[in-house]
Amino acid sequence: MNRTVDVLVVGAGPAGLAAAGRLAALGAGRVEVLEREPAAGGVPRHCARPGFGADARGRPLDGPAYARRSVRAALRAGATVRTGVSATGWAGPLTLDVTAPTGLERVRARAVVLATGARERPRSARLVPGSRPAGVMTTGELQRLVLRFGARPEPIGRRAVVVGGDPVARNAVRTLRAAGVEVVAVVTERAARRVVFGSVPVLTGAVVTELLGRGRLTGVTVRGGDGRTNRHTLRCDTVVFTGDWIPDHELARAGGLPLAPGTRGPATDGAFRTAVPGVFAVGNLLRGVEPAVVAAAEGRAAAAAVLDLLAGHPWPDGGVPVRAAGPLRWVTPGLLGPVAAPLLVRSERRLVRPVLTVTQDGAPLRRERVSGSLVPWRSVRLAQSWTDGVDLGGGPVVVAAEE
Amino acid sequence: MTVTRTGPLPGDPDAVYDVVVVGAGVVGSAIARALARHPLRVALVEAANDVGDGTSKANTAILHTGFDALPGTLEARLVREGYRLLSAYAQETGIPVEPLGALLVAWDEEQRATLPRLAEKAERNGHRTTRLLTAAELRVREPHLGPGALAALEVPGESVVCPWTTTLAYATQAVRSGVELHLNCRVEKVRPGDPYHRLVTRRGVLRTRHLVNACGLHADAFDALVGREDFTVTPRRGQLLVFDKFARDLVRHILLPVPGPLGKGVLIAPTVYGNVMLGPTAEDLDDKTATGTTAEGLAGLREQGGRILPALLDEEVTAVYAGLRAATGQEDYRIAAHPGLRYVTVGGIRSTGLTASLAIAEHVRGLLADCGLDPGPERPLARLRMPNLGEAFPRPYRDARLIAREPDFGSIVCHCERVTRGEIRAALTSTIPPGGLDGLRRRTRARGGRCQGHYCSAEVRAVFEEYGEGAR
Repeated sequence: MNRTVDVLVVGAGPAGLAAAGRLAALGAGRVEVLEREPAAGGVPRHCARPGFGADARGRPLDGPAYARRSVRAALRAGATVRTGVSATGWAGPLTLDVTAPTGLERVRARAVVLATGARERPRSARLVPGSRPAGVMTTGELQRLVLRFGARPEPIGRRAVVVGGDPVARNAVRTLRAAGVEVVAVVTERAARRVVFGSVPVLTGAVVTELLGRGRLTGVTVRGGDGRTNRHTLRCDTVVFTGDWIPDHELARAGGLPLAPGTRGPATDGAFRTAVPGVFAVGNLLRGVEPAVVAAAEGRAAAAAVLDLLAGHPWPDGGVPVRAAGPLRWVTPGLLGPVAAPLLVRSERRLVRPVLTVTQDGAPLRRERVSGSLVPWRSVRLAQSWTDGVDLGGGPVVVAAEE
Repeated sequence: MTVTRTGPLPGDPDAVYDVVVVGAGVVGSAIARALARHPLRVALVEAANDVGDGTSKANTAILHTGFDALPGTLEARLVREGYRLLSAYAQETGIPVEPLGALLVAWDEEQRATLPRLAEKAERNGHRTTRLLTAAELRVREPHLGPGALAALEVPGESVVCPWTTTLAYATQAVRSGVELHLNCRVEKVRPGDPYHRLVTRRGVLRTRHLVNACGLHADAFDALVGREDFTVTPRRGQLLVFDKFARDLVRHILLPVPGPLGKGVLIAPTVYGNVMLGPTAEDLDDKTATGTTAEGLAGLREQGGRILPALLDEEVTAVYAGLRAATGQEDYRIAAHPGLRYVTVGGIRSTGLTASLAIAEHVRGLLADCGLDPGPERPLARLRMPNLGEAFPRPYRDARLIAREPDFGSIVCHCERVTRGEIRAALTSTIPPGGLDGLRRRTRARGGRCQGHYCSAEVRAVFEEYGEGAR
């Protein structure tokens, strides 16, 4: 079956729902959101903890409440949200092939907004050696298992090791403990804020070197951590690999969108336009996880450029590439166009009061010492003014940091 | 149809089997299937909880023409015949096969000098269509090859195949044709006797007139139970990396290393699931359970793979695994009949065993006749059509008519591999249902994709508990 809509949004997480809601409210016409999972709302649905902003009366929202509110808002604005529907590929520059229990469809749109989110790299992609027992998972898998099966030891185990030091590791610890699982240790290569893990021992400067066990995990071998130099074994029946995000860029790549090398998300300009006219990308697809409210803000912000396109404005060519250098892991957006946009920057490691620089073709555009620290688990937002003076006909813009 | 996993062995304890095949890997299952052509009482017993759960599940998944076998060996003959038999069987039953052809790429002068000799060897193995390619021709065939490739030998016909479906097809057809399959049924003692042997298993005693040892890595240990010590199996570990489907466009053929004095090197091959595989390592070990990967092994593979196909290393890794081959210190299979014992040992079946499996089964059928088995008349096997796991063939999620008939085939559960609820349900209610989630993965690919269960694990488990063994 072939259908046409005005805007097709892929992914009903915070960014996709926010984009769809804003677009529907602003009269973009028929706005449809496709969600491959049985329910809309995205990752917050699985995060039973506060930290998702507040409701109208100022009460803190947990993930599921935030997800419900996002879905309601998009629907109220007039967007259509279809769940259990998978976009499986492109049949044209703005036409997606779709599989659903109701059958196959080919949906053509005037604009496509990709909001497919990000996931954590599994153990295999991290090349952690050892056997292949059950009990090895990511935080996302853990949260879904707990949501689905509760505190049953068969899927989630009794003694767990959590790998990683980002906030998502804290969420994994919290989820495990709430499910009655003992957390043996948090193992992290980098420095970590021990205080957020409560009484759980945190091994910093440590890496998991081998997984042990046949059938079920029996332990992990760890090298380093708290002055240890030798390998030692932590007995556990579950290990949760957290963080280390990879954008879910399958549709983006299948559509031929160039990726930004630092993030592996599609390269976009400040208005969330990709290299393919009519295709936008928003939210955690761009670089891995930022808080839901950040992703949602991007979804809303993208609406203006989508409306421009629908109104017949031309699609700007190219743009100047933006790159991160030195101890910075990535910067987004990856392209600077005619409209100035704030930059989002992530550092590789902790940087105390670093000097951030922006240069183009070797010429400094801006150089400023930031007051606090840059930490690997939080992004820093640089205001639009940081890129004042960029030559749109010039070479790449480089954002770097010096300690 | 009889498939058991738990409890005492069913049936009349005084009944005697005509043949018991021990080991339900690709070889044991093929033998059981061959015997099912006759009105015989046959059991296939397996220590693990699934068929194909040992060496068979973790090989390089290549259907070999046998061009580089040692001419004149039993292996050379059975691989050549097996290639023909399995190619036809795959066509008939829906086992995914892609005849990509192989390129043996020479990276130095010594290797280049070897290519004509390999072409001659291929000819002696009955393979007359090989061709030498210049560097320029090679570059056209494989534009993403790393710098320094000097020449190649093209071997048409080398193919990639689904090893999981193959073993499952044999075992399924055997069971549907009357073979009894007993899983979780390790044989602990054998009391040879006349007119029958007694096999003491964890789940009871089996009596059989004829016995086949298809125990793979444990063939020497099983021989010892029967009182024979003809060879020792040394596990040779092969570690492999499976790259994301986005790597698939980087390679068009099976890229084989040129065997040389400095070791065998690694191969790069597409998989029928649409990924790219790099490996294997070759490490001789003592431990028959050492199927773990190592940091050194993986680093070495990446280094070698990066030279052959540099862009490969930019792609994500989907899976990492290791398999053990049954090396016996002799460059041939160790298949032997012991007529006095009415016993056949099928040992030393190395990585070519998948290709040779149907020919091995025919050979063993003959050896059993030499051991006094009167098989009786032939009859047709139960018909079989396997669900397709191959990317090159139609998958349910794109089948409008199937979805219209059964909406569960339009409900994608495992998004990375596009496995639908309908396929998972079908696997869970099939002739040989999986005993766990790993077995389900080998039947459907569910949880086997780039996210490795991040999204789908909870849902797959829920469906498993609804329809699978957990529900019984």
